[in-house]
Amino acid sequence: MSLLEIKNLSVEIEGKKVLNGINLKIEKGEVHILMGPNGSGKSSLIMTILGYPGYKVCAGKITFDGIELNSMPINERAKLGISIAFQTPPEIRGVKLRDIIRISGGKSLWNPQIEPEEEFATPLLKKVGLEPAQFRDRDINVGFSGGERKRSELAQIFASNPKIMILDEPDSGVDIDSLKTIGIDLGEYIKRHNCACLIVTHYRHILPYLNPTQAHVMCGGKVSKSGSPMEIFTRIEEKGYCEYLGLCPPGIKEEIERELVIKN
Amino acid sequence: MNWKEELNKKAADVQDKPALLGPDVDMKQFKGQSLPGQTLTGQDFQLPQDVAAWVKTVGINPDEDSRSGTFFQQDHSVIFACRKKEIEGVEVMGTPQAIKQYDWLKNYYWKAVAVDTDKYTSEAETHQHPGGYFIRTKPGARLTLPVQACLFIGTQGLLQAVHNIIIAEKNSELHIITGCTTHPQVKKGMHIGISEFYIKKGATVTFTMIHGWAEDVEVRPRTGIIIEEGGTFISNYICFKPVKSLQMYPTSYLVGENSRVRYHTLIYGLGNSLLDVGSRAVLSAKGARAEMTSRIIGQDSARIIARGHLVGEFPETKAHLDCRGLLLSSAAQIHSVPELEAKTQGCDLSHEAAVGKIEEAQLCYLMSRGLNEDEATALIVRGFLDPEVPGLPEHLKQEVRKTIELTSEKVM
Repeated sequence: MSLLEIKNLSVEIEGKKVLNGINLKIEKGEVHILMGPNGSGKSSLIMTILGYPGYKVCAGKITFDGIELNSMPINERAKLGISIAFQTPPEIRGVKLRDIIRISGGKSLWNPQIEPEEEFATPLLKKVGLEPAQFRDRDINVGFSGGERKRSELAQIFASNPKIMILDEPDSGVDIDSLKTIGIDLGEYIKRHNCACLIVTHYRHILPYLNPTQAHVMCGGKVSKSGSPMEIFTRIEEKGYCEYLGLCPPGIKEEIERELVIKN
Repeated sequence: MNWKEELNKKAADVQDKPALLGPDVDMKQFKGQSLPGQTLTGQDFQLPQDVAAWVKTVGINPDEDSRSGTFFQQDHSVIFACRKKEIEGVEVMGTPQAIKQYDWLKNYYWKAVAVDTDKYTSEAETHQHPGGYFIRTKPGARLTLPVQACLFIGTQGLLQAVHNIIIAEKNSELHIITGCTTHPQVKKGMHIGISEFYIKKGATVTFTMIHGWAEDVEVRPRTGIIIEEGGTFISNYICFKPVKSLQMYPTSYLVGENSRVRYHTLIYGLGNSLLDVGSRAVLSAKGARAEMTSRIIGQDSARIIARGHLVGEFPETKAHLDCRGLLLSSAAQIHSVPELEAKTQGCDLSHEAAVGKIEEAQLCYLMSRGLNEDEATALIVRGFLDPEVPGLPEHLKQEVRKTIELTSEKVM
């Protein structure tokens, strides 16, 4: 039994099919890379795994640790050990970073009367390179830089002690130094906890830190290719998605043809 | 005719004049009786156990811990009015007593609010049992601990009318916590509260008012604040309990150079409440500044009108209004009415307003961290109401926070 198993999954948003017969298996401790051109269905797949509203499963199923997720609410899935680092997490005024880290770890909100010095979020903030005194009491994501958001997301993931972590473009909008810190932190965590990982990325820079098992390339709501991450990256970098996949992303081909007709 | 009789006549002339805003209340349905009792001073402040527990939810500390003094009025009776023995530089007494004691008070009485504003100001002036508090700091007195004032309705169907006068003399500092509430068994009643503030040169007053009425209580406060040169007034208004209707539009007159006002309003509209709440600042001296923030939540079938009015009458003045509303039910309504009125060049007036429901992205984000939908909603709401009132001393901020926790326990 795989940790995460997706079988023949098809999903619609407001009647429009966005995933079309996805199959994917991730075992404990495996690191999978998810790639694909914009609009290919990567985010839809992640959101469906998380259980976001609006992503209607019309066929297939997702199981995690042998439990079917299809109709389970987001928070129940989180409790099973599915944790996500969002690419652009929302700002929430008045909700403190320390509290969301505590919530991720199943703790109650910080109460200085019971716990004069905050002891749960503080070491995690240090671990991800956010100065606790400066960030602990900040409103979540309000005024955070790109790198600070990524680190804050990591602190929340680490707090939750997940069985699988889903990382949505952990390397976008991050400078080279931050990328290294994030990569090292993630790599260590995955190794130490034998944690599975599904990473959406367009770049190879973070790969050396994570030792990925497999890469999957999505196109038109399907997994078009799977294989060795380094090999796939090299070929995509050489040829681009269109040529590598042997087709243009949906709609683009027709658009080019239309433009040619107009010009001629 | 002496000055008091003149005011009384002026008030009587407008006894049927409806207010500009809010539903018109037929005051005949309320009782005026419940005889006034004895004012107790120089003794310990003691409340019956059930009342003591209840008034804590509106910020009143029955053991007077961390307070400079206490005023407590139940129905028409001033139960207690006294500063603490060890505290110097402040006077706390009932307004009727202060009028008897100080002839000069005629220069303040009905000078920040017009007696002929409407039928409610008329009622306050002509009421059979006038009440309310008089709090005055002496020049240079700086009180770090707040004076607490409680206006309590303990009789079903009672109309309570009070007239409060607060004077912060030159360079003094005064903090007031006012809790207004009804006994848990009282559901119906009316409260009219006139409050006149005089902030003298260089003085600072913070005024935290917590309303905790019942679902069939009508509330009509009428408030005027006159701020002199370098004076600061900070208002912190909190209302988290249902009320039948509440209409108020406190107005600050910034008449002195570099005077300041800040209003911070937190409203949680519940049940069938109708809340028409605004803040107004008239900037009529160089360097005057006003800042207004309101955080409004509408639940159940509550209707809330959040008003703000900035009037620039003098160059080199600046004011900003920020109103955010959150709807938690489809039957609730929030209507934000910001008004900017520049009467001369060189006044810098601005506003921002946003009203909507909780963003799904925020809810889902918190749910992805393990909270269920109700818990996530409660956390967002709590964060939305976070009382970050700039200028409120830290110990008071902590206290307001605690009161909000206590008040909101049942709601959230």
